[in-house]
Amino acid sequence: MLTTLLQNIINALQWGSFYSMIALGYCLVYGVLRLINFAHGDIFMVAAYIGFVFVGFLLKFMPGSGMYGWIVLAITLPVTMVLTSMLGVFIERVAYRPLREKGAHRLYVVITALMVGLVLENGNLAIFGASSRKFPEIIDKVVFTFGGVRITNLKVMVIVTAIVIFIFLQTVVNRSKIGMAMRAISYDKFGIPLMGIPVNKVVVFTFIVGSSLAAIAGVLFGMSYPVLDPYMGMIIGWKAFIAAVVGGIGDIKGAFLGGFMLGFIEILIVSFFSSNLKDLIAFTILLIILVIKPTGFFGVAKSTKI
Amino acid sequence: MKKRFTLLLIIVLFVSMVPLFAGGDKENVIKIGFNIPMTGDIPKVGEASKFSAEMMKEDINSAGGLEIGGVKYMLEFIYQDNESKAESAVAVALKLIEQDKVIGIIGPNSSKQAIPGGEVADDNRTPMVSPWSTNPATTKGRPYVFRAAFLDPFQGPVAANFATDQFGAKTAAVIYNLDNDYSKGLAEYFTAAFEKLHGKGSVIAYESFGQKDQDFSVQLTKIIAAKPDFMFLPIYYNKVALVLPQAYDLGWDGDVLGSDSWGSAELVTLAGDVVKGKYFITHYAAAGAKGATKEFIDRYNAKYGYIPDDVGALSWDALGVMIQGLKGMKEITGDIAADRVALMESIKAIKSFAGVTGTMAFDSEGDPIKEAVIVKVSDSGEFVFEKAVAP
Repeated sequence: MLTTLLQNIINALQWGSFYSMIALGYCLVYGVLRLINFAHGDIFMVAAYIGFVFVGFLLKFMPGSGMYGWIVLAITLPVTMVLTSMLGVFIERVAYRPLREKGAHRLYVVITALMVGLVLENGNLAIFGASSRKFPEIIDKVVFTFGGVRITNLKVMVIVTAIVIFIFLQTVVNRSKIGMAMRAISYDKFGIPLMGIPVNKVVVFTFIVGSSLAAIAGVLFGMSYPVLDPYMGMIIGWKAFIAAVVGGIGDIKGAFLGGFMLGFIEILIVSFFSSNLKDLIAFTILLIILVIKPTGFFGVAKSTKI
Repeated sequence: MKKRFTLLLIIVLFVSMVPLFAGGDKENVIKIGFNIPMTGDIPKVGEASKFSAEMMKEDINSAGGLEIGGVKYMLEFIYQDNESKAESAVAVALKLIEQDKVIGIIGPNSSKQAIPGGEVADDNRTPMVSPWSTNPATTKGRPYVFRAAFLDPFQGPVAANFATDQFGAKTAAVIYNLDNDYSKGLAEYFTAAFEKLHGKGSVIAYESFGQKDQDFSVQLTKIIAAKPDFMFLPIYYNKVALVLPQAYDLGWDGDVLGSDSWGSAELVTLAGDVVKGKYFITHYAAAGAKGATKEFIDRYNAKYGYIPDDVGALSWDALGVMIQGLKGMKEITGDIAADRVALMESIKAIKSFAGVTGTMAFDSEGDPIKEAVIVKVSDSGEFVFEKAVAP
C-alpha cells in the first residue's frame, strides 16, 4: 500500500512537471501582456514535432544509444528552443503586436490566440498528415528501484528540469533588469514607454523565454510519451492553463505549484476512486477552489483581468 | 458595400449548387459512398479502406463495369472524411445520402462513428455496410445496416477462453478507453465472459482513461499492485504504444492480450519492440494466408507498398458484400429510394459470401457469422497466425 502510494507520488510529480512547465509559459506571457496566449499548448506541440524532425535528422548520422543518445539530446534541445522561439516571436510579431498597437481590446487578442492555435494544429496536419508519429528513443532507459518504487532516469530528468526552470524564472523575473522591465510593463503598459523602456523588445524577450519553455517541455514530453499527433497540445494546454489560473495566473510560483497540484489531484483521484471519474472530480475540485478564491492561490486581485 | 456582399453571396450559392446539377443525370453509373476517417485519431484506417476500395473499383471498371439485369454500370466512389468523430460521421452520412444520392454506404469503421452513422443510414433507408465496427448497437434493430466484422460479444469470450488456455490465467486486469463505445463495450463483454469462467471478482483491476490522455501511470500502478495474471487491452494501436512501455517501466511482468483494434499496420511502427511476442484477436492474419486472401494481400502490397491490415481486408469484404448485393438485384430502376430498398433485400438474401477474411453469411441482425483469428506479433513485426476460433 505504501509502495503504491509512493509510486503514485512519483507519477504525480512527473505528470505535474509537464503541467507546470506549460503553465509557466502561459503565466509568463500573461504576466507581462495580460494576454492569455491560448496558442501556447500548440506551440508546445510544434516544439515536440521540431524535436522529432531534428532527432530523426541527427539519427541518420549517429547511433541513438549510449553516449551518442545524450549528444543527440544535447544538440536537439537548444536547436528546438531556438526554432520554437522564432515561431513564438513570429506569432507575436504578426498576430499579437499589430492588434496591440492598434489598441484593440484584449478580448480580441485572446481570440486571435485561439485562432493561432488552430492554425498551428491544422498547419501541422497539412505538413505531417494525421498519422501519429513515433518519437525515437534516444537515451537508454535506466530504471531505478527503491523497495518496489520504480522511477526511470527520464522521469528524474523531467522533474529536475521543471524545478530548474522554475528557479531560473524566479531569478530572472525578480532579480534581473529585464525581469524588472517585465514586471513594470505588467504594472503599467502606458506609462512605461515614457520611462524609456523598449516595450516591444521586452515583449519579444518574454515570448522567447515562453517558447523556449514550451520547447523543453515538448522535447521531454516526446521522449516520455513517444506518440505525437497534431492535437496533442490542446487538452494538456487547456489543463495547464487551468492549473495556472488556480495557482494564480501571472504569478510564477502560482503557475508552478498549480501545475503540480493538478498533477497530484488527477493521480490521487484515480488511485483512491475510479479512473472513470478523474476529470469530473479533478475539475470540480478546481472549480470549488476558484469559487472560494477567484484570484487563485498566489494571484492578486486586479480589476483588468479577463 | 452591401450590394457587393449580396452579389458575392449569390455567386457562392450558385457555385455550391453546380455539383448538384452536374451529378444528377449521368447514365449507367452506380454511386457508393464511403464514410471513413481520413484525418483525426486513426487516419490509417481510412486510408486502408480507400486503398482497398480503389483496387476493387479498378477491377470492376476495367472489366467494363458491373452487370445488373443485363445492363453494365460503372462504379463511382465518393470518399468523405468523418474525422473519426461521431458528429462528423452523421454529417457525412447525411451528405452522402441526400446530396450525393449514393445507393449505399461503406463505413464508418469504428463503432463510435458507426453507431450514429448507422442510425442515419437506417432512418433514410439506405443500405450501409460497416467494415470494422464490432459493437452490437451498430446493426441492432436496423434492417439497412450490415457489417463485415464479427461482434464484441463474440470477441469477449474468445479473449477470455484464449487467456485461460494459453496463459493459464485465473485473474485478469482490464484497461480501456472510457469515451469510446468499442473499447468500453468490449471491456464489459470480456469481464462478463472471464468472470463466468473464473468466478465473480476474477477481474481484479478494471481501469479506464480518456481519449486524449497520455499518462496512464496511476492506472497501471493500480493494476500492477493488484498482481493479475494477465492484462487485457481493448484499446487502439496508438494507445497501445503509450500504455505498454509505461507498464513495463512500472514493473509489469505478466502476459498481455489485445483486441482487434491492435490490428493496424502502424502498431509495430508506433509501439516498437514492446508489442513483439504479444497476442491479439483479429479478423484475419496476413502471414500464412492462402488462396484469394493471399492474392489480395500480394496485390495490395505491390500497389501500395505495405501488407494490408485487417481494416483493408474488411473494407474489401464490406465492399464485396455490397457488390454481391448489387449483382443480385433484378435491375436498377433509377428511382434511388426503390433501388436502395432492393439492394438491402438483396444483401439480406446473400446465402454465403466468400471474403478474404473468411466465409460469411448474415443473421437476422445483419451481422456476419464467421471465425475470429488470434495472431502473435513476431520478432520481425509480422502478425503471425496462431489459432482460429469459431463461434
